[in-house]
Amino acid sequence: MAATHTVSAFDAELNALKTKVLRMGGIAEANVAAAVQAVMRRDKALAERTITSDQRIDVFDSEISELVTRLLALRQPMAIDLRFIVGTLKIATDLERIGDYAKNIAKRTTAIGTAVPTQPMHAIPRMGEMVLSMVKDVLDALSNEDVEKAVAVRDRDAILDELYNSVFRELLTYMMEDPRTITGCTHLLFIAKNLERIGDHATNMAEAVYYIVTGNRMYNDRPKADVTAEITDPSQIA
Amino acid sequence: MTTLDFTTHTVPLDGKAKISAKNVNLWYGEKQALHNINLEVGENQVTALIGPSGCGKSTFLRCLNRMNDTITSCRIQGDIRIDGDDIYAQALDVVHLRARVGMVFQKPNPFPKSIFENVAYGPRLHGLAESKDHMEHIVKSSLERAGLWKEVSDRLQSPGTGLSGGQQQRLCIARAIAVSPEVILMDEPCSALDPIATAKIEELIDELRENFTIAIVTHSMQQAARVSQRTAFFHLGVLVENGPTEGIFTNPVDKRTQDYVTGRFG
Repeated sequence: MAATHTVSAFDAELNALKTKVLRMGGIAEANVAAAVQAVMRRDKALAERTITSDQRIDVFDSEISELVTRLLALRQPMAIDLRFIVGTLKIATDLERIGDYAKNIAKRTTAIGTAVPTQPMHAIPRMGEMVLSMVKDVLDALSNEDVEKAVAVRDRDAILDELYNSVFRELLTYMMEDPRTITGCTHLLFIAKNLERIGDHATNMAEAVYYIVTGNRMYNDRPKADVTAEITDPSQIA
Repeated sequence: MTTLDFTTHTVPLDGKAKISAKNVNLWYGEKQALHNINLEVGENQVTALIGPSGCGKSTFLRCLNRMNDTITSCRIQGDIRIDGDDIYAQALDVVHLRARVGMVFQKPNPFPKSIFENVAYGPRLHGLAESKDHMEHIVKSSLERAGLWKEVSDRLQSPGTGLSGGQQQRLCIARAIAVSPEVILMDEPCSALDPIATAKIEELIDELRENFTIAIVTHSMQQAARVSQRTAFFHLGVLVENGPTEGIFTNPVDKRTQDYVTGRFG
């Protein structure tokens, strides 16, 4: 953010805000990774740790809200400062949601049971990797004010949605073939949906980074590829 | 010495220009205070002129009713028109110009006369009132439009200097609008006032915009953001950026504007 302010305390506060958001992002990213791993390995201890860790994210979220409120009241920020402060508040909200989804995934570790077809289980870590790279890249984009990286994150969301659609179809097929898998498959479906939602929040964050850096809204409409909301008849999925 | 950056970023005016300044250069003796200013002031809009001290914003404002004529060392070049009339034309009557273009200053400066006389002075000078009743009507409506009538209606014969600072400034605004100007220039009208009096003036500015075109110089960026539709940022005698107020304060184009509005000027 180029030159320093005449009032140096303002710079210190802006840096503190940035550090907080990036640290919060780091924890959210780690929790998503841990949650996916816990599910894949049925690792209850890791799941527990991930669930507890979400509290740290919530603490960061409220600290960031307070800091933002104080900065708006006391510094009356303008231009890039205003965009950065408002943008980080939105990003913190997205990270808080991402944390909640990670927690929700971790919670399913025990509930998922053993009667789960192995094939869709491979798609979950693939989605997990993709989502993690999106979250990581958007945090890098924020850290380095990198607009291109932010746009690339937004563009990857469509691929993630495709992946989710195929997992959705696949799980429906398994459930129809063998009703005993319904419980496990439903949990997997929720996990896949949670990962897909994390991708949407990463996209929101990418849009916020874009606005912070350029002052403009990301021009194109977000590519939307989740069509599962339109699937009603199981015969369609064949 | 660093070389001056003469770049100006202008978002064209959306609507009719009341004042149009083209290629305005101004010198105080040897020192050039304004460099090739091109600026349009939109009709029935508030245009805020902002910038650090000595940037030329007040100098430019004072060009608009030829207040700089009184400074002997001052030399001005360029073209300034109000509704297409060249205000620096040989034949132009400066007294008449200043009736068209009123001014409100930093410190409230009521005449050492009664409240009534402060407002009646201009209309009387310009022969605007046809009768005593008409004059009373002008004084009352001017005070009403300046939001002061309710506070002073029972003491019109008291001295204007006996009012509070904020009331005095509104009296000066009433005095300015009593001669039915087209344009009102304000040079930091709130810098000597408390926040409540400032809020009243700002509210008034917003109301006056319906009937007048307003150009205001202010050191408070928050005030510029609150009252104006367009903002012009001056720096070292150069008009750096000029466009809708929202854009100047959320997404300025020029780095100098960005540095100034975010408080980064050393």
